[in-house]
Amino acid sequence: MSRRRVVVTGLGMLSPVGNTVKETWDNILAGKSGIAPLEHFDVSAYNTRFGGSVKNFDASLYMNPKDARKMDLFIQYGMAAGVQAIEDSGLEVTEDNAGRIGMAIGSGIGGLPMIERNHSLLEASGPRKISPFFVPGSIINMIAGNLSIRYGMRGPNIAITTACTTGTHNIGAAARMIAYGDADAMVAGGAEMATTPLGLGGFSAARALSTRNDDPQAASRPWDRDRDGFVLSDGAGVLVLEEYEFAKARGAKIYAEVAGFGMSGDAYHMTAPPEDGSGAAAAMAAAIKDSGMNLDQIHYINAHGTSTPAGDIAESNAAKRVLGEAAKKVRMSSTKSMIGHLLGAAGAVEAIFSVLAIRDQVAPPTINLDNPSEGCDLDYVAHQAQQIAIEGVISNSFGFGGTNGSLVFRKVS
Amino acid sequence: MSTIEERVKKIVAEQLGVKEEEVTSDASFVEDLGADSLDTVELVMALEEEFETEIPDEEAEKITTVKLAIAYIEANQ
Repeated sequence: MSRRRVVVTGLGMLSPVGNTVKETWDNILAGKSGIAPLEHFDVSAYNTRFGGSVKNFDASLYMNPKDARKMDLFIQYGMAAGVQAIEDSGLEVTEDNAGRIGMAIGSGIGGLPMIERNHSLLEASGPRKISPFFVPGSIINMIAGNLSIRYGMRGPNIAITTACTTGTHNIGAAARMIAYGDADAMVAGGAEMATTPLGLGGFSAARALSTRNDDPQAASRPWDRDRDGFVLSDGAGVLVLEEYEFAKARGAKIYAEVAGFGMSGDAYHMTAPPEDGSGAAAAMAAAIKDSGMNLDQIHYINAHGTSTPAGDIAESNAAKRVLGEAAKKVRMSSTKSMIGHLLGAAGAVEAIFSVLAIRDQVAPPTINLDNPSEGCDLDYVAHQAQQIAIEGVISNSFGFGGTNGSLVFRKVS
Repeated sequence: MSTIEERVKKIVAEQLGVKEEEVTSDASFVEDLGADSLDTVELVMALEEEFETEIPDEEAEKITTVKLAIAYIEANQ
């Protein structure tokens, strides 16, 4: 029996460079940075005082303000991206298909703002002051929950949480559910809003963040010799995935095929990858094998590329190991150079960039890559986007705990 | 200075996201104003805050309409 094929039919996104897919993609191709000093709380005591925020977000465009008040910001962001993606797909829920349409949308951390606020209330005034919406307003699966309620989508409803690999794992698992027959369509992705006093402080304490406070837009510089950590950012990405015949039957526009998905674990260290990139390589190799594509059909890699000293070289080594000769021709860029690291949303927005790279036959740039560090010798699409023929794309995500995921997207002709 | 009735109605409107003219004295939070069980818990918390009082859970459960809320606050000021 041949496997059911899965295609991408809808896209939605909020990022530090735009509150829609189009606005974000235009800015990404233009090499614009969305990183800036953080202004929504007092950051003066922090080692890192900048990040990537969603700007001018208006929840009322996507939901009743009364409902929005009961959802922490990451849920509002996820809902917004989900509404955009579902509307973009044109998918309509009917009595017949409602049970065949599901959700797989996660977050790396979840509702830190509400956790912080309610803990402060508890400390100051006791347990009676905890909001009844604290739990349903901050737990990670509530994007999937609230979106399913809004649209009446009664298929599988899950939220995978695997740190920075969250978005990728949700999309991959959703595609598998469609391929296996659990659903005919899935709304999949991730959202994050962790630039809070605790979030910024925690990642800073883990020495994960760039401290380039004098020049925030130059802080995310994957593979550059002067990189010094990642930039913490907010946003959301959601995709509508459908079984190929289901999408064709309703005349849906098809962006690309989800051709392969691979996973692995580093089994190495809580926060650092092994230098040889063996875990990353295992995930990429598994995804390529799953896709059935040849190595020379992979023309672009949207890297995890967070701008950390250890991670960037490990991923570069992994790509070389997996692609062999084909690594000399592949373009590998990091869109995090412009938007920073969206944690649980990263894999989802980067999957969207991968799909758009196929649609527009263009590899988005890695900005700030002025001096590639030793051993970083692939074509990282430095500074400017490149118009190239693209058949297959790999989108990589690697997370704390050594959790790795790779997706392969393929052009549908 | 607003009356207790005006203050209660204002809080109900804010908490439940409805227009103030919908908040009539006879309105039921759940049946007329679209509240669910969590909304009513939060509404009682907001009333406690506004009137600097503490409403025991067994009393809070009985406050199901605007009129009952006003009566409780008036009786316990």
